[in-house]
Amino acid sequence: MDVREIIARRAAKEMRDGYYVNLGIGIPTMVSNYVPEDMEVTLQSENGMLGVGPYPWEGDEDGDLINAGKETVTEVQGTSFFSSADSFAMIRGGHIDLSILGAMEVDKDGNLANWMVPGKMVKGMGGAMDLVASAKHLIVAMEHTTRDGQPKILNHCSLPLTGLRVVNTIITELAVIRVTPEGLRLEELMPGVTAEHVQSLTQPRLIFPPGFGAKLQ
Amino acid sequence: MNKVLESADIAVNDIADGATLMIGGFGLCGVPDDLIEALVRKCPKHLSTIANNMGVDGRAMGLMLTAGMVDSHTGSYVGENKLLESMVLQGQLKLTLLPQGTLAESIRAGGAGIPAYFTPAGVGTMVAEGKEVREFGGRQYLMERALTADFALVKAWKGDRLGNLVYRKTARNFNPMMATAARITIAEVEELVEPGELDGDQIMTPGVYVKRMIVAQPREKVIERRTSRKRAT
Repeated sequence: MDVREIIARRAAKEMRDGYYVNLGIGIPTMVSNYVPEDMEVTLQSENGMLGVGPYPWEGDEDGDLINAGKETVTEVQGTSFFSSADSFAMIRGGHIDLSILGAMEVDKDGNLANWMVPGKMVKGMGGAMDLVASAKHLIVAMEHTTRDGQPKILNHCSLPLTGLRVVNTIITELAVIRVTPEGLRLEELMPGVTAEHVQSLTQPRLIFPPGFGAKLQ
Repeated sequence: MNKVLESADIAVNDIADGATLMIGGFGLCGVPDDLIEALVRKCPKHLSTIANNMGVDGRAMGLMLTAGMVDSHTGSYVGENKLLESMVLQGQLKLTLLPQGTLAESIRAGGAGIPAYFTPAGVGTMVAEGKEVREFGGRQYLMERALTADFALVKAWKGDRLGNLVYRKTARNFNPMMATAARITIAEVEELVEPGELDGDQIMTPGVYVKRMIVAQPREKVIERRTSRKRAT
């Protein structure tokens, strides 16, 4: 299975019936493909839409009906539209249960960097800073390491921050990690992955719950 | 009362050098294309623009960049525009980036007579530099200031000659707030209807906010990222 698919499938398990959810671009968008059919989850798109449906059938695309990634989408029964100010009032006001975003770096304090690399062109943060500052629960769904195999889960983010102490959960192709006041707690390993392997690719020392049996020096 | 003008060129004729403009749209969705194109024909310089994006190269607000009309821009995402990138890197254009919800709320506040407000977005980031931070209920918030403009160019679906507007689907985005936050709001509507045809309960921008209107030339809506599912045959 594709690494991105592993991450998206696991992130989908964090959904609960009745949740209102905002999904970021990339792997987070894929999460909607794996929500169980008997579960009612309503997707919010910050450009002003609650109740985002799948991509339209070929030929049915509507330029007035897009998601925050500017992709053509469809309505579902009960979809509503609103302005950008209303959309972010919904987000800032804590009415969205769960937000799933990608990241370039996350650190042990739950700080998140995902919007700019110094020296490269600044594209802008879009809605990411509003979403991370106000989501009731924020999941980072990302590959565990950079393309060069370097850790993305760090002691301290080196890139400019998107939000301060905002991440609750990190889901990668290797593990599920919760951000706690004591530090990063390894909560779950993906099939065939060892705790030692996860730790070797993670900069901060992970907290191992009883039963993981990792003995690390 | 009739706010409808004959052409986009007449509607933008008094937008002069140095004006501050709000321009509606999210990506290429809900953008007043006729008004932008008329403005490019008139070609005022040294403009300050406020818009979520900056069009794409050669389209929508991208045309204003090509024509060298913009000195400074305030927005939240400008990733689709290589010309803007080179202008910023060469110091030809001053770019101010705000979180998207802050941009939206600052425009809403500007139209509602609220000079500043507090938001959690951007606390502890580069966005907070030089801004007052205040604690409420044990949490930190940034003070953000309202945005207003000389002109707002907005795009609506239907409108009547009184200036009442209705938007369509996600083409609403920044248009309703911008319509309230400028000294002169110019609305481009796809369809002009008679007063009374729009249900008063459904009007999204009441006519008081709109000073001028034009009817858009028929054009195919541009799709930035066409995503679809294949039909089963």
